[in-house]
Amino acid sequence: MTFGRENNRFIRAFFLVITLLLALSTAAGAEERLRMSTTSSTQDSGLLKVLLPPFEKKYHCKVDVIAVGTGQALKIAEQGDVDVVLAHARKLEDKFVAAGYGVNRRDVMYNDFVIIGPASDPAGISHAKTAVEALRMIARKQASFVSRGDESGTHQKEKEIWQAAGIKPAGKWYDSAGQGMGAVIIMATEKGAYTLADRGTYNAFRHGKTDLKILFQGEKGLFNPYGVIAVNPKKYPHVKYELAMKFIDYITGPEGQGIIAGYRAYGDPVFFLFKKK
Amino acid sequence: MGFLGESLAAAISLILSLDGEVFNAVATSIKVALWATLLASIAGVPAGIAIAVGTFRGRRLAIMLLNTLMALPTVVVGLIFYGILSHQGPLGRFGLLFTPTAMIIGGTVLAIPIVANYTLSAVAGADPRILTTAMTLGAGPLQGLSRLILEERFGIIAAIVAGFGRVIAEVGVAMMLGGNIQGYTRTMTTAIALETEKGEFALGLALGMILMAVALVVNLFLGILQQK
Repeated sequence: MTFGRENNRFIRAFFLVITLLLALSTAAGAEERLRMSTTSSTQDSGLLKVLLPPFEKKYHCKVDVIAVGTGQALKIAEQGDVDVVLAHARKLEDKFVAAGYGVNRRDVMYNDFVIIGPASDPAGISHAKTAVEALRMIARKQASFVSRGDESGTHQKEKEIWQAAGIKPAGKWYDSAGQGMGAVIIMATEKGAYTLADRGTYNAFRHGKTDLKILFQGEKGLFNPYGVIAVNPKKYPHVKYELAMKFIDYITGPEGQGIIAGYRAYGDPVFFLFKKK
Repeated sequence: MGFLGESLAAAISLILSLDGEVFNAVATSIKVALWATLLASIAGVPAGIAIAVGTFRGRRLAIMLLNTLMALPTVVVGLIFYGILSHQGPLGRFGLLFTPTAMIIGGTVLAIPIVANYTLSAVAGADPRILTTAMTLGAGPLQGLSRLILEERFGIIAAIVAGFGRVIAEVGVAMMLGGNIQGYTRTMTTAIALETEKGEFALGLALGMILMAVALVVNLFLGILQQK
């Protein structure tokens, strides 16, 4: 009877799919998972790839990294969806701690922001004395500028400088991309535009991915410190506070700090350590 | 060789070297898409059949609703379930946000309208005599229905495959509910988005090629099933 045979084949196909499913879903074991939201620059620069494995090995855990802009990273932590956050926007971090969402903020490392743009430097910002002056020159020339536009730490810094310059950037020359640092550097490269970048990501892109040059750097105001904060267990009892604190101790302790100081992207150091008090 | 050609060459060498990170993303993509398709089929196929053969009030409304849900943007599903699964949300205590399970839930919701709608079209287009003939031949309603399903299996399998295609190709739900965690919730599509962001076009392209290859394999499987 054809009915039965067709039925069989249908059932066999079904079981084949089920078997495939089961074969694929072999769980990765029951090791503990620590969730960390962080800024994209720590991941894009490649640092986390060398910083995390020794910690994961030591404590038999897995660190789940959710790499987004700093604003979003803190927002995710505010909702209790991660255990620890690594960010770089001091004002927002302090607000986060003051509001009771985070505890035990500690300095981890720093690098700095640079203003990059086409080598021809149409707005002439390489002669600027300050970052504020540089952005004023770009605005006056209406030279193309790509903004992160994503509430990231870099975007916060950019807004700070515009505000200090007394300029509300808008117009055809100013593009708010709403994307990560890497995407913005590529966009600025395509358009021959200026942008504010963290040095780490720029260094990672300098070799073959962008021909933009650093046109302004070295000002104190462009200092870019990174901090690590545990999500407050009093606010969210479900967070893995103990493991989060072990992680904080690790990256601010000798082993983690040594890895950070020794990390190089294409031969250049990316992050620097705070001097010991 | 141009930019695209160079990327293509690098992509092929990456695939051949069986890069562990690439393999993980592929495995996660397939796992999530298969689970979501399975769940969506369990819900969507009966729903499609019911609407096709049923005569009930609100049937036209159900069809219209299904058609509208076909166009459901993935980021909207991502956003809604982000709110539901976040620790602040109603299902927050299960801690599902940023896990493969969250991605499967979102993918299932995305695929159900597709599976249901295509099943509906297949069954509605079937010879209406199948059901009545089977039943006059002494088959019960359940047997009549299974006869109908067997007759229209090509259409139903196509519906399921279309659902699979929707889930494996989308990036919104995977990114928002999975969080793009390396080796855990990173899929082919979120990896492509990330590698593009990092300017690693070769790796992105390699993943795109694998995605196409997976689609090809699924369709080959479908072709074998449809033969005879």
